[in-house]
Amino acid sequence: MRYESPTTTKEAVALLAGEKGSAYVLAGGTDLMVRLRMDLIEPDLMVDIKRIPVMNEVKKTATGFKIGAAVSSAELGENKALGKAWPGVVEAARLIGSDQVQSRCTIAGNLCNASPAADSVPALVAAGAKAVVVGKSKRRTVAVDKIVTGPGETSLAKDELVEAITLPKRAARSGDAYLRFIPRTEMDIAVVGCAVSLTLARGVVKTARVALGAVAPTVVLVPEAARALIGTKLDDNALEKMAAACSAACDPIDDKRGTIEYRTRVAGVLAKRAAKIAFERAGGK
Amino acid sequence: MASQLVSTTVNGDPVQFACPTDESLLNVLRDQLGLTGAKEGCGTGDCGACSVTLDGRLVCSCLVLGVEAEGREISTIEGMADGDKLHPLQQQFIDNAALQCGVCTPGFLVAAKALLDKNPSPTEEEIRYALAGNLCRCTGYDKIVRAVQAAAKDMRKLSKKR
Repeated sequence: MRYESPTTTKEAVALLAGEKGSAYVLAGGTDLMVRLRMDLIEPDLMVDIKRIPVMNEVKKTATGFKIGAAVSSAELGENKALGKAWPGVVEAARLIGSDQVQSRCTIAGNLCNASPAADSVPALVAAGAKAVVVGKSKRRTVAVDKIVTGPGETSLAKDELVEAITLPKRAARSGDAYLRFIPRTEMDIAVVGCAVSLTLARGVVKTARVALGAVAPTVVLVPEAARALIGTKLDDNALEKMAAACSAACDPIDDKRGTIEYRTRVAGVLAKRAAKIAFERAGGK
Repeated sequence: MASQLVSTTVNGDPVQFACPTDESLLNVLRDQLGLTGAKEGCGTGDCGACSVTLDGRLVCSCLVLGVEAEGREISTIEGMADGDKLHPLQQQFIDNAALQCGVCTPGFLVAAKALLDKNPSPTEEEIRYALAGNLCRCTGYDKIVRAVQAAAKDMRKLSKKR
């Protein structure tokens, strides 16, 4: 295995493009290293992006936030401005793994690892986050929900990598939240995850996005669930309608961590709880 | 297998080693540098027995490549005591009998120190969350938590004296 640690995105992309065999991008390594250790992958090339300065920055921009692909969840948790604007995104990123894992894991890596149960992805999808994708000949910005195409599968070309994740500028009276269900209190894989992001106007929900994790091959955005909230103050009727829309959007697997019936039901329950937290964070009463 | 020369700092000392590019930092520490305090429990980042700090942040050294250590600063359990004088955490682990077989102990100590460096007065809940990435199959954790609480108290006293 050839190991390279370039200092520019351009160099990193050229390395990926030039490799004839299998090439992998190494960010925090908390998933990739496990696969390497278990001999699930045999990379010919590993490109470590942690020496690329732009990938280690969290920038507040005119259009929101730009989070470099190598920024760890621990660093996200230490960024007060980000936590104030997008508490749901930060709490989702902070739920991944132990403190040891937090020091290394990244949201870009969480996205590109393409697990249906990735914790930060529903929060990013609900937030309307975008991925800055850089390839050898072009650079494109795409919605994060267009990156993952199936379990372990992404729409990235061989010479492409995610340089950063962007979050939009937060409107006043907005809030987001992420909740996951796991059978224990810490260090587990989501049985169901749910993120809600919303903005209020005159006390009622003006815009909303609801996303579910671990209930389908990819994270799903549920527009019907969001519609159920719009124009309401989250009365019981609106919450029930949203929960039903969430359950209807589920297409989960049956496994030791949760049955199809269980995941489908819990998706609605978590959505209600997450929506209430997001509403409260937006200043709703 | 391609080997690479790496210059790094371990417990404050400059260190050089050559390692295969796919070798973990844990294996380099144990097999090349003779620092066998960090243990391989799971090799998948779940048990925390291989905990070290990398540029001041707590990591599982089994999930770090040796070559990633270039120019970084690593601290291991071997750097925790001050010569013959045990760190308060080490002393309290002994006093509270917070270990049995000892395989997980170096990882717990490194993780507990990382916690107390950031938060000198953690609650019991904060301690339990901070140590959730370290598994012990002997003690049942209560003694470990009590040892960390006692060490935190000792360390607060020491920092007041200074």
